[in-house]
Amino acid sequence: MTRLSAAFAQGRPALVIFVTVGDPSPAATPAILDALVEGGADVIELGMPFTDPMADGPAIQAANLRSLATGTTTAGILAIARDFRARHPHIPLVLMGYANPMLRRGPDWFAAAARDAGIDGVICVDVPPEEDDALGPALRAAGIDPIRLATPTTDAARLPAVLEGASGFIYYVSVAGITGKQQAAQASVAEAVGRLKAATDLPVAVGFGIRTPEQAAAIARVADGVVVGSAIVDLIARHGEDAPGPVRAYVADLAAAIRAAHKERP
Amino acid sequence: MTANSFRTQPPARANSLRQQPDSRGHFGTFGGRYVAETLMPLILDLEREYRAAKADPAFQAEFDDLLEHYVGRPSPLYYAERLTETLRKDAPAGHGAKIYFKREELNHTGAHKINNCIGQILLARRMGKTRIIAETGAGQHGVATATVAARFGLPCTIFMGAKDVERQKPNVFRMKLLGAEVQPVTSGAQTLKDAMNEALRDWVATVHDTFYIIGTAAGPHPYPELVRDFQSVIGTETRAQILKAEGRLPDLLVAAVGGGSNAIGLFHPFLDDAAVAMLGIEAAGRGIATGEHAASLNGGVPGVLHGNRTYLLQDEDGQIAEAHSISAGLDYPGIGPEHSWLYESGRVDYIPITDAEALDAFQLCCRTEGIIPALESSHALAALPAKAREYRDDQIIVVNVSGRGDKDIFTVADALGVAI
Repeated sequence: MTRLSAAFAQGRPALVIFVTVGDPSPAATPAILDALVEGGADVIELGMPFTDPMADGPAIQAANLRSLATGTTTAGILAIARDFRARHPHIPLVLMGYANPMLRRGPDWFAAAARDAGIDGVICVDVPPEEDDALGPALRAAGIDPIRLATPTTDAARLPAVLEGASGFIYYVSVAGITGKQQAAQASVAEAVGRLKAATDLPVAVGFGIRTPEQAAAIARVADGVVVGSAIVDLIARHGEDAPGPVRAYVADLAAAIRAAHKERP
Repeated sequence: MTANSFRTQPPARANSLRQQPDSRGHFGTFGGRYVAETLMPLILDLEREYRAAKADPAFQAEFDDLLEHYVGRPSPLYYAERLTETLRKDAPAGHGAKIYFKREELNHTGAHKINNCIGQILLARRMGKTRIIAETGAGQHGVATATVAARFGLPCTIFMGAKDVERQKPNVFRMKLLGAEVQPVTSGAQTLKDAMNEALRDWVATVHDTFYIIGTAAGPHPYPELVRDFQSVIGTETRAQILKAEGRLPDLLVAAVGGGSNAIGLFHPFLDDAAVAMLGIEAAGRGIATGEHAASLNGGVPGVLHGNRTYLLQDEDGQIAEAHSISAGLDYPGIGPEHSWLYESGRVDYIPITDAEALDAFQLCCRTEGIIPALESSHALAALPAKAREYRDDQIIVVNVSGRGDKDIFTVADALGVAI
């Protein structure tokens, strides 16, 4: 069993937390990652900063620019992952970002470097199934899960193409839009997750627009995982180098809400 | 008139260079559809709808009619006699090629951009979309988009970097007069690439009712193909016009390349004519060696941005670099994917021209021909002195004067140290 599948096989929904690596600085990131684990995160998404994050809203755009301004590099990101892996052997790490930084030195280089750094999965926002050749084969050869995104616009005709070659989990983007904006209606999320689960055995995690413990609890009643990103990124923006304490407390609130919601599940 | 038709091109042949892209939108290793999953279903819809439109005589007829009566096509192919004579004086005996201008600056709105906007808004209407968005740098594509949106009665939002809004006030006002909303973009460097990011962010949330009119032959498939097809009217007309004027094809075609839509529009109908050489001009800004330029082919490496794989200005970690050019329309860190393919295949040569060289050519064109060219087109004109010397006096060079320079007079005055 991989670290990712184990994280989704605990008999309750998994809490997936996204942070932008290098925000507020590369030196501050390890303590923030430790705070996520202490707060109860089951999976960590490491956002790779990019100059042109075209699927992200203002919060994560700003985090990308802050990170790059402090000198975050690909080598630095991989070093942070490698050190995390040494401290936390069991928490899965997923690199999330855009194609250009991932493909700059070639897909094989990236996949091997990610594997050596203890990365479990990769989400590449702008490589849809149609362009899988650009990155997918290299990841699979390195034993890394290429995690696919499904969205409200992914219709039944298209879903098989999205699921083909997917592994790890399915990330359901619950709103057609950018990160950190409005939240989707609960009923539509439940319906969409049901549709995905009918078509795949992979766990389905839901993200985009989930900010509060209450919202996380609502999603936890219908999905295998809850992804929270912009709300944590906002906390880091507000507290800077002092972020680990508030981040740990907020993640603990999210984790508690998800666990309680699961117990109420019919 | 059928000469305008984007389908009326010379017949293809085996091993044709005019059969790109492949069914997945790839030009060799370039192009493709690198977009978020939310946009994929719409991109696939657009491709289906474009195929259907291309095969529909009614769509074709409406496109041709608008180009003739609204845009003012065909644009003239003009023998630039005084420029030819001027350059001949410096050429070795028997050299100094005959220079023709393709007069795209005479189009409605003053540039080639309108050809593509007409085609795309007809597609938008055909797909039942009720709202138009576009990105713009200098404002030329924004003005052309606002123009067709007004003509078809569709609400329109133009994304423009906040810095460009400040630098290009006349065009901002033009767009507003035409009824468009201009949305200043304050993210990133606040220029063209950030405007494109913001347009994509809007589109991903509004795909159900919104059509994105991309301004150049770049972006996810099928945009590079359809923009090229709509702009190919430039080369198709040029071919007929030069045959009529000279009884033969030109020896060299010259066009400036930012994203590359005016260049691919001129080049594409000639790609299979081996005797016709082609030269794309990249903006070298203050010089390639200074790092302050916009020459993606001469100073960049392949990567993925804004939906396609192409040559990009970027660092060793794949972070996109800021472009620089005196010409706002060339000030972009990427290039259309078909140009990347033509560059690697060697079919087209691409050379850099600096801000200073473009400024010289701008003034030369004003004084010898009585035509104020856009700074974009001035980059193409700047290649002529060297090329005229290289080619014999019985040879023909066609240069695409893609836009008029009225919009640039403040920039030029500033660069020349003149207060107006």
